[in-house]
Amino acid sequence: MEAPTIATIEKSVDEAEEIRTIFIRHTMQAKPGQFVMVWVPRLNEKPFAISYLEKERLGITVAAVGECSRRLYEMKPGEKIGIRGPYGEPYHLQENQEKDHIKDRMVVMVGGGYGSASLTLLAEEALAKGMHVKFILGAREKKRLVYVERIKKLVGEENLLITTDDGSSGRKGFVTDALRGLIEQGETIDKVYACGPDKMMKAVAELCTAHHIQGEISMERWMKCGFGLCGHCCVDPLGFRVCVEGPVVSFATALQVKELGAYHRVQSSRKEKL
Amino acid sequence: MKNPTMLASGLVGISGAACVFAAQHGAGAIVPKSIGPREREGHNNPILVEFQGGFLNAVGLPNAGVDQSLSELEFAMKHCADKGVPVILSLFGGTKEEFGEVAKKLSTLNPAMLEVNLSCPNTASDFGRAFALDAQHAADVIRIVKQNTMAKVSAKLAPNVPDIKEIARAVVEAGADAITATNTMPGMVIDVATGKPVLQNKEGGISGYAMKPIAVRCIYDLYKTVKVPIIGSGGVTTGNDAIEMIMAGATAVQIGTGIYYRGIEVFKKVTEEIIEFMKKEGYTSLHEIRGLAHK
Repeated sequence: MEAPTIATIEKSVDEAEEIRTIFIRHTMQAKPGQFVMVWVPRLNEKPFAISYLEKERLGITVAAVGECSRRLYEMKPGEKIGIRGPYGEPYHLQENQEKDHIKDRMVVMVGGGYGSASLTLLAEEALAKGMHVKFILGAREKKRLVYVERIKKLVGEENLLITTDDGSSGRKGFVTDALRGLIEQGETIDKVYACGPDKMMKAVAELCTAHHIQGEISMERWMKCGFGLCGHCCVDPLGFRVCVEGPVVSFATALQVKELGAYHRVQSSRKEKL
Repeated sequence: MKNPTMLASGLVGISGAACVFAAQHGAGAIVPKSIGPREREGHNNPILVEFQGGFLNAVGLPNAGVDQSLSELEFAMKHCADKGVPVILSLFGGTKEEFGEVAKKLSTLNPAMLEVNLSCPNTASDFGRAFALDAQHAADVIRIVKQNTMAKVSAKLAPNVPDIKEIARAVVEAGADAITATNTMPGMVIDVATGKPVLQNKEGGISGYAMKPIAVRCIYDLYKTVKVPIIGSGGVTTGNDAIEMIMAGATAVQIGTGIYYRGIEVFKKVTEEIIEFMKKEGYTSLHEIRGLAHK
């Protein structure tokens, strides 16, 4: 039934400046890359990537950017929210469930800002399947980096590359600079997964495509229903629904989406430049 | 039309590309989301919630405004035409004059038909009572739209009226070339854990399974009352649903919520099921089926 299930907030944990993860008691069968709709009764309902997926607990990471996300950010344990999902197409570690032997393959996660939420879950799954994971984590500045300790513990310090635009942590520059570095070093990379701001994902998809490396991005667009009916997240010019046919799409598809990195639609459906 | 299924206005058709997406998946005609005189955000989320018999929606007519929407609609019309799929432009206004103004601007695109949304149940707080609830008001709107366009005009009526036949007679007399029957039915869903209505707009319009018998009854009544074509809308999910509406008197059927139940391919599936039904029952044309329930 496409209706919110009411869940109680168990705890909320600071991740970075104005970014928190709220944990709720909720059991959900979901895959990395899928998202949920979170309802703040009588205010609004917004899509969020799942950032922690445990047996009876679910975490979503919230940046206090709008009215609804700020209210979620400030919620205390014991408060109630509605949740529905999971929705959307997840990441694919293997192309073909049956025949693809993925053990020992090298995958690179490229996360910008709190876009790393879904990639952290994906990294967990990849490691559990015996794959090698390198994680490039970027943000504008040190205080906006999320999940640093968590990822370090997960992939090992040597496999975590941090970049910040201002050099306040890790290497100064963009995640794409670090990715280009890996590629130019001759590192064998089987697949790259990216999630973050539009322009970052587009740059990653272009860079990888130029080097014949396949991969996927997770797109973000203004979503309303989350299950393919309202059409609000349809993208130009292909017209597919980010909430059903996405949010995860291949680099090849992403590069056909001409609005990626260029514009998006606001609540009314009017186009707005990014 | 290459088949009798249409994308209903209000769902999916938010942009030119979205309309083409539905056409690629088999829709015989496309009705984009309703366009108004100026930009509207629509309601905050949740805008859609499911219940046992269907969905309840209050999207609130978000649109970029007619001036900003023309290029999107032009894209839809051009690329749908390439596939042999006509685009029927849906419009609304807050006042009778605004309907005329929007119709005039949309008509610069030379659409085959305009669908006049007289009946959105979810904008009462902005626009007051829907025009479709009153024969005189509904007829006035159709008359003004007709004065502002050369296109054929379909009046989209509301099911929640004491006598839909009276409204239909009035709009046809005012010049409507077709009737779309019907819009959604007002309803509400309350979450009992929080004691709050789920939709941000509190009330919404019922679509999906629960709407079908309501729409079928309206179409049946209208077929006896007016001579213009009737476009059926409300709960069509299968070929049998479409056949049922056509037997009641519909010329074509619109599909919206059915996209949830059967995927965006619902248009193709329903068309195939209609053909299968006709083969099995020995019909060679929809004309033989149309209005059959009246014979």
